Amino acid sequence: MTRFLSSEFFYHYRRNLPAIFGSVLLLAFAVMAIFGPLLVAQDPYDVSQLELMDSFKPPVWLEGGDPRYLLGTDGQGRDVLASIVYGARISAFIGLAAMLCSCVIGTALGLIAGYYGGFADSIIMRIADIQLSFPSMLIALFLMSAFGTGIGMVLIALTAVGWVVYARTVRGSTLGEIQKEYIQAARVAGLGNGEIIRKHVLPNVLTPLIVVSTIQVGTFILIEASLSFLGVGVPITQPSLGLLVKEGFDVLFSGIWWTSAFPGLFIMFLVFGINLFGDFLRDELNPRLR
Amino acid sequence: MLAYTIKRLLQMVLVLFSVSVIVFLMMSFTGDPVFMVIPIDSTAAEIEQARRLLGLDRSLLSQYFIFIGNMLQGDFGRSYVFRQPAMQLILERLPATIEMVLVAITLATAIAIPLGVYAGANPNKPVSRGIMAGSLLGISLPGFWVGMMLIFFFSVRYPLLPSSGRGDTIDVLGLRLSIFTADGWAHIILPSLTLALATLAIMLRITRAGMMEVMRQDYMRFARAKGASRRTILFRHGLKNALIPVVTIFGLQLGDLIAFATITETIFAWPGTGKLLIDSIYRGDRPVIVVYLMLTAFIFVAINFLVDIVYTLIDPRISVK
Amino acid sequence: MADPLLEVSDLKTYFHTLGGVVKAVDGVSFDVRQGEVVGLVGESGGGKSVIGFSILGLIDPPGRIEAGKILFAGEDLAAKSEEEMRAIRGGEIAMVFQDPMTSLNPVYTVGHQMDEMLRLHTDLDRRARRARCIEMLEQVGISEAASRLDAYPHQFSGGMRQRVVIAIALLAGSRLIIADEPTTALDVTVQAQILKLMRRQIVERGAAMIMVTHDLAVISEMADRVVVLYCGKVVERGLTAEIIHSPAHPYTRGLLDSIPRITDRRDRLDQIPGTVPDIRTLGKGCSFRDRCFRAQPICAEETPALSPVRGSLDAACHFPLEENAP
Repeated sequence: MTRFLSSEFFYHYRRNLPAIFGSVLLLAFAVMAIFGPLLVAQDPYDVSQLELMDSFKPPVWLEGGDPRYLLGTDGQGRDVLASIVYGARISAFIGLAAMLCSCVIGTALGLIAGYYGGFADSIIMRIADIQLSFPSMLIALFLMSAFGTGIGMVLIALTAVGWVVYARTVRGSTLGEIQKEYIQAARVAGLGNGEIIRKHVLPNVLTPLIVVSTIQVGTFILIEASLSFLGVGVPITQPSLGLLVKEGFDVLFSGIWWTSAFPGLFIMFLVFGINLFGDFLRDELNPRLR
Repeated sequence: MLAYTIKRLLQMVLVLFSVSVIVFLMMSFTGDPVFMVIPIDSTAAEIEQARRLLGLDRSLLSQYFIFIGNMLQGDFGRSYVFRQPAMQLILERLPATIEMVLVAITLATAIAIPLGVYAGANPNKPVSRGIMAGSLLGISLPGFWVGMMLIFFFSVRYPLLPSSGRGDTIDVLGLRLSIFTADGWAHIILPSLTLALATLAIMLRITRAGMMEVMRQDYMRFARAKGASRRTILFRHGLKNALIPVVTIFGLQLGDLIAFATITETIFAWPGTGKLLIDSIYRGDRPVIVVYLMLTAFIFVAINFLVDIVYTLIDPRISVK
Repeated sequence: MADPLLEVSDLKTYFHTLGGVVKAVDGVSFDVRQGEVVGLVGESGGGKSVIGFSILGLIDPPGRIEAGKILFAGEDLAAKSEEEMRAIRGGEIAMVFQDPMTSLNPVYTVGHQMDEMLRLHTDLDRRARRARCIEMLEQVGISEAASRLDAYPHQFSGGMRQRVVIAIALLAGSRLIIADEPTTALDVTVQAQILKLMRRQIVERGAAMIMVTHDLAVISEMADRVVVLYCGKVVERGLTAEIIHSPAHPYTRGLLDSIPRITDRRDRLDQIPGTVPDIRTLGKGCSFRDRCFRAQPICAEETPALSPVRGSLDAACHFPLEENAP
């Protein structure tokens, strides 16, 4: 720990205001997602706790605000803050889980393509090329519309669009690595391919993976929000932040803005925090990666 | 040059072919379209009859050949909902989408490039740091939410601008366009602004990065040593070099804009192809979805091709091989 | 003797970095007369290039000209506005950069980049400018000049590109050319050609040149007078012939001893021991003392001032070398 505190990395971090701001945002978010349900008074999915009398209460600082509902309530008397706390968990879970899935699959394919080359390489990279020429949002939308909705489907769709970035990054780093002499030496020494990949190649592609992963979580959260907004994402029983915004859309025209404004604001904070920290990581760990 | 063009065209055909296979396969797995076209109280025999008519009783492979054969003959199928040729439905709505996308990308480029050049040329000034923080915020914003907030402020709270539709349109060369009427402009501002935001932020960041790289180059100093003005140096000597990565991103962003137009059109009830796609997804109107995907795939492939051509125009070092 | 064309006195250009102030140029004085070639010599990192950029007012933050005068034809350049300097850059004073591979803009034709110089500094019309460019390319030894104007830099070899750069520098009739290591990036065989070309073109025009280089061999061929720099300070200056024959400063001597000669009977080249010290942490005393074979205790105490030694030679040394010292 003391080694970390005196490291160059930490020194730069301390002097990088945006990075500190970003990580504070993320930390606040993590605390909210983990302990939030204990802090908010209401479980927004327990119908017995909802009071229709309390529907469409504005935020507490506006006229007619109710101190029990800090950010106001929606049409069913559901506390907006409570919905956000629960929705943030779903958004963050999807972002992280999709990142992990696409990271594992993409890294594996990238390693195969980069290490073995040849036919596997051309097939994987051809697919990646074709896929990259289409916006990931459209591919995800198409997959969701073809295969149906739900959290599991969102994860599959995000993984299907996300693996490409990993495969490309890992393939690039792998190609650079296997040309180095120590890999040749390891081969001569009789190490198996699996062992070389595990012991020598993988540790060296880790740094760019960390950078890509950070940014990727933010991207996934935004795509998921968009899908849910369009109604082809998470189900209404497990609303993410994006779906909360959609739910607030209809009443926006009657001047009720808080049911959609606050969930959107939280998406922004979350993704902004990730991007601020991700930018710092990229500059720090791999200045060449853009 | 000719050989290169032919090679690229063949590649385009190959990509479109792969897309058609994928689209076809995906569509075959999603429900039975026969229920879309028959009355609810049909008998089993009637269903079977409709199946045969639609060719759904054949093998997957022969279905694909019918599918691709029809397309090559210009028959893209009929919408289950509108009972009209799907291609015609989409082409009718295409001008609206293209219009919005073009206004958005013009807006984004016009703002992003000067700001990016400034931030790249003066990376340490507080204004540049502000621009960069703003652009990071821009890529962190959910576009649909921005659109909704714009509607709330400019249509609900202060009713200055309309929140839905295209407004007055006039026919120009047989296309219904709204950018030639004042009412059309009032309608297009909010949606295109919403759409432009993310693209603006990304292009700004790429321009800045390219510019920072270029600023270190000797030819920039040499241009200064020749006595050229700062403006000439930045925009003539610098920007043209920094533009090369921007062109790549321009092509990709154009694709992204078309994709995100689906959301923007849904929010602003903009009668374009994106809204049609979303409606068709809700209604399970398969032919329209297929044609939309094939058409956008074609557009993307064409954009990529154009980007490569533009490259050679900007950078004389890249020769067509 | 005519008034000097350029007179630099007590120039100080510092860079304010996070790690401390880098005194890249620290009280440098020299002059350049019309029709003369003056060599600025020193190891890399010795602040030679910064002098050239200071004269043209091309020092960017964190760098700054802290003090000193740069009199050009009687006017102080350091006091001029950016607008006034732009007319001087390229017009009165032109610069040739070290690496011809990077000093031409890759996305414009050679003709365009030459034309820019004339557009900025002359009133010639398009056709006259083109004629002038062709003429100038021919003068620097580029054949088929008219067709080469429409070529891009990457279609030229390194030597050809440097000829183009020189042509650009000469185009607007500048009275002073600052050449910053103009041949370092080139093949040895091309170096001599380019140097001869530069000298002939400049002397014929009655212009003057400042030749910045680390290579004393180049200087001995090219320069009339030499200014030797070490750690941002002038350590010796004088006529080229005298300095080459018998330098007064141990540093110059070290530089000379490290040049290979045809008549060499040495087994190996001598080199100056040690490396250039960190310019940020220099204290009082002579900055060369740690590498000097004549250093005495006083060298660590007092910074030697630049003062006449013998003949045309001035040196900043407590113990200057005798003439023909072994």
